Amino acid sequence: MNAAPLALETRGLSKSFGALTVAHAIDFRLPVGARHALIGPNGAGKTTFINLVTGRLTPSAGQILLAGADVTALSPEKRVKRGIGRTFQITALFPGLSVLENVLLAVSERHGAAGDMLRFAGSRRDLVEESEVLLERLGLADHAGRAVRELPYGRQRLVEIAIALGLEPKVLLLDEPAAGVPSAETGLILDIVEGLGRDIAVLIIEHDMDLVFRLAERITVMVQGAILVEGTPEEIAADPRVRAVYLGTEAS
Amino acid sequence: MTAPPPSPAAHRLRLYEILPWLCAGGAFFVFPDYLALGGQILIMVLFALSLDLVLGYAGIVTLGHAAFFGAGAYVAGILAAHGWTEPLTLLLAAGAVACLLGLVTGAIVLRTSGLSLLMVTLVVSELLQEAANKLGWLTGGADGLQGITIAPVLGLFRFDLFGRTAYLYCLVILFLAWALARLIVHSPFGRSLIGIRENVTRMHAIGSPVFRRRLRIYAISAALAGIAGALLTQTTQFVALQVLSFELSGSVLVMLILGGVGRLYGAFIGAPLYMIAQDQLARDDPAHWLFWIGLLLVVVVMFARGGVLGIVDRLRGALR
Repeated sequence: MNAAPLALETRGLSKSFGALTVAHAIDFRLPVGARHALIGPNGAGKTTFINLVTGRLTPSAGQILLAGADVTALSPEKRVKRGIGRTFQITALFPGLSVLENVLLAVSERHGAAGDMLRFAGSRRDLVEESEVLLERLGLADHAGRAVRELPYGRQRLVEIAIALGLEPKVLLLDEPAAGVPSAETGLILDIVEGLGRDIAVLIIEHDMDLVFRLAERITVMVQGAILVEGTPEEIAADPRVRAVYLGTEAS
Repeated sequence: MTAPPPSPAAHRLRLYEILPWLCAGGAFFVFPDYLALGGQILIMVLFALSLDLVLGYAGIVTLGHAAFFGAGAYVAGILAAHGWTEPLTLLLAAGAVACLLGLVTGAIVLRTSGLSLLMVTLVVSELLQEAANKLGWLTGGADGLQGITIAPVLGLFRFDLFGRTAYLYCLVILFLAWALARLIVHSPFGRSLIGIRENVTRMHAIGSPVFRRRLRIYAISAALAGIAGALLTQTTQFVALQVLSFELSGSVLVMLILGGVGRLYGAFIGAPLYMIAQDQLARDDPAHWLFWIGLLLVVVVMFARGGVLGIVDRLRGALR
């Protein structure tokens, strides 16, 4: 199990705001191609962990390694170039732009074309086509020309994922991709994540336990900024400490 | 306030994009007695266009854009007063200095956002104005900079009393600036600026060097504003302290809002509207013309978000 090379690893990753510790010495390993879920009650520090890994927050201590290389000192932008892609719990799109343009922005950044100033954006047919192919894959092709703000929320969540996939990440961090999506549509999101290639390691934060148990091969449970337990879905389902956390009593 | 979503083919030239040039060209023949005002309008269009790049596209709300306009005006004026009278190279010099000023001040200013950004941009322009006021030996101080002579454009076209050369000269420069600005906003870089305006958090998350992008457009915008300022110097052969004033920063902002922000053509509507209204109102009601401008602005902000072009968009939407 540990023989597989690691796509992402954190060692003793900690974050404190004054006396408040929101991440407590997190040792986490995500093998290449993993399907891993991060669960825990609200305020457990799951999103904080993602923000530390992506560089939105600077850790107080500890290390972050991507494919074995220490990226702790790198800017968020450089980490993206090293293969970290993320989605947001609260939809973070470009609402006034079309669905295609949303994805094209990410694709252009990945190709290093987004700084080009003296040519028209539409003249990079290769990038536009790549974005269209991605939209096709996610069932968004029919909406390509529509402004994102006009889409139903469920579709917006798909665009959220499409942008991240436009970066061709090695590590994909999905922060509650199904949050706020009507249950009839969560299947779409599930299908997309299940359909991802094994060159992508996926870490998913989710409260929808059906989704978690269908997708994840391993599950980590976080409580109060620290990892409580990690194991296979069966182990987690049977763990009395996890039950205690979710039933609201103190784990001992 | 924002424009409708651009598509990858948005860079294709539309018919309406020729309209401003037809109007500007036609005005030369129809209003031969108003060419002096016309030239000033073209200069303000250029200035408002430069503001649109930072405000409308990159979402940088500044109250100090006159810093660059004024810097360009003074560079052109001071150099010309010392014998560098060739107009085109003067424009380049003014644009280069303003661009540099944009880079230096932008490196500080753009680390802030929201209200603090507003304040810091204001402070920069106020500092410059005070400096220009104190350096009377160089700038003429409160009396203004005089003794400016400008050589004929390309050695052929002398600046005449009727403002014919000045008008056409400004028109050509504006056209070139517009072509550049249009290319920029439809380029991948321009799209990434819209992305920064729409959702800066997401731009970070897709690996965009947000600060560098904003700094770059800030410097480009500063250069264009500087060129606009230099045009004013060259066509009026005078520089007053007002070119660095908060009032000018405010006025150009009002012009842009009247016309429509983030649409590239808001400047082409707002600046003439404002300047002509000012010209007419100041004649009819010299004491209170600013009140009427203010009223116009209140009406636009309350009932016509997106300015005149916003109204046009809604009309087109309703007709579809």
